[in-house]
Amino acid sequence: MEIAASLGRYTLNCIQVFGRSGIFLCVSIFQAFVLPFRFFRLVKEIEFIGSKSFLIVFVTALFTGMVLGIQGYYSLSQFGAEAALGTMVALSIIRELGPVLCALMVTGRAGSAIAAEIGIMKITDQFPALEMMAIDPLKYVISPKILAGIISLPLLTAFFDLVGIAGGYLVGVKLLGVNEGAYIGRIVSAVTFTDIYGGILKSFCFGGLIAWISTFMGFSAEPTTEGVSRATTNTVVVTSLSILIVDYILTSLLL
Amino acid sequence: MIRVENLVKRYGNIVASNNLNCHFEKGKVTVILGGSGSGKSTLLRQLTGLEQADSGAVYFDGVNLTGLSKKKLYVLRKKMGMLFQGSALFNYLNIFENIAFPLREHTKIADNIIKTIVTMKLEMVGLRGTENLMPSQLSGGMMKRVGLARAIVMDPKIIFYDEPTSGLDPISTGVIDKLIRDLNKTLNITTVVVSHDIESCFRIADNIIILFYGDIIASGTAQEIRNSKDPRVKQFINGDPEGPIPFTRTSKNYLDEILID
Repeated sequence: MEIAASLGRYTLNCIQVFGRSGIFLCVSIFQAFVLPFRFFRLVKEIEFIGSKSFLIVFVTALFTGMVLGIQGYYSLSQFGAEAALGTMVALSIIRELGPVLCALMVTGRAGSAIAAEIGIMKITDQFPALEMMAIDPLKYVISPKILAGIISLPLLTAFFDLVGIAGGYLVGVKLLGVNEGAYIGRIVSAVTFTDIYGGILKSFCFGGLIAWISTFMGFSAEPTTEGVSRATTNTVVVTSLSILIVDYILTSLLL
Repeated sequence: MIRVENLVKRYGNIVASNNLNCHFEKGKVTVILGGSGSGKSTLLRQLTGLEQADSGAVYFDGVNLTGLSKKKLYVLRKKMGMLFQGSALFNYLNIFENIAFPLREHTKIADNIIKTIVTMKLEMVGLRGTENLMPSQLSGGMMKRVGLARAIVMDPKIIFYDEPTSGLDPISTGVIDKLIRDLNKTLNITTVVVSHDIESCFRIADNIIILFYGDIIASGTAQEIRNSKDPRVKQFINGDPEGPIPFTRTSKNYLDEILID
């Protein structure tokens, strides 16, 4: 009896959280398009989520590309197919690793910071303060962050793809001696628009997902220091898992 | 200015507002007194429309706040100012921008005039010269004063104070009390203060409402409350641990609970 009751309570709780976060997302996106349009807030958030993630994305992409170069060379040389290294690196990065790794890195860097920032705003009564000044907190604080996430992630992913392929080139061509023409030529001939489109579509979804979960976690954090720390941890865990799950769903739909 | 009629608010089994009826006079300082958990903050949040009542009505200048659309509520909010317990300054903006914030959001006033207005408000709270500091660089009392400057920057008709003197040293308390009184006198701003600080309450109040676990147990002018014969009011004002207001909340019999077999 006890188990059934707690299972029921848990299920109800989950459904409630889903519903609340769904309404939260819809209202925030709706508010983003209600005048006045807060352009400077949006630019500021893009700077925080996007520009400030450049370095971490650069390093991640470079080393991912370099590892792919070594591993790909090792596997492909078993069949004497080193020339296909470019195809392998480019396709795995553009289709899969670019959007996913980029999203995971941004989650760790920006997602947790967003949750903490919003949680602290909540603890210190800054949301009711905005309300009392006749400013909608969702429109002022949340909407720009969600838009910024959706705008920043595809750009970061494109950058990731470029650096990753260059990393593979460095190791494959300069270090291991794969033919330069073959590496680049194979990329140009093998990568289709569908591959790029699929990767960018994924990054759009991941960008929205990161901004949605981190803002909601911060917004619904318990107004205590412990609540905020839990919100930041949960943000990273839940967002990372959701990215991997959504990635599977999107991949299976796109293929 | 504000009239409260049959206001009821419950959180689960706890009754935070139990059929409250009261009135906040225009141009007067009204203090809502009560111990922790007496429902005074809940009442304040309902007066400002931050929280909706379960039933009953709050009339602000004749307009019922309960069930009002967000748009109409925001129009009324521009006539209200509020000082929060923790000041609620925006930690990513400096003092100047914190105070200028409502002006920048709601008006198209030119920058040099905004600067003049902010300087005037800072002078009123005695903090001119702190414009470029961040909120984290100020003491609690100074943050309250900046919060107050921000609350009056739009020249509101009414200001709400949520425990303005809690956690402050005696001098800061005196400064805040004087500011509340001065703003009320010079600008004729209707003032509602939530507090549990008896001394500061009698320094500033025209009218006093005493709440006890969701009920109004006394209301009247400061003089009436001071001379009240009601033992509960007396106990509260004197801070006596013994009296009709029980120190313990549990309903179980103490002996029954410790003498198990």
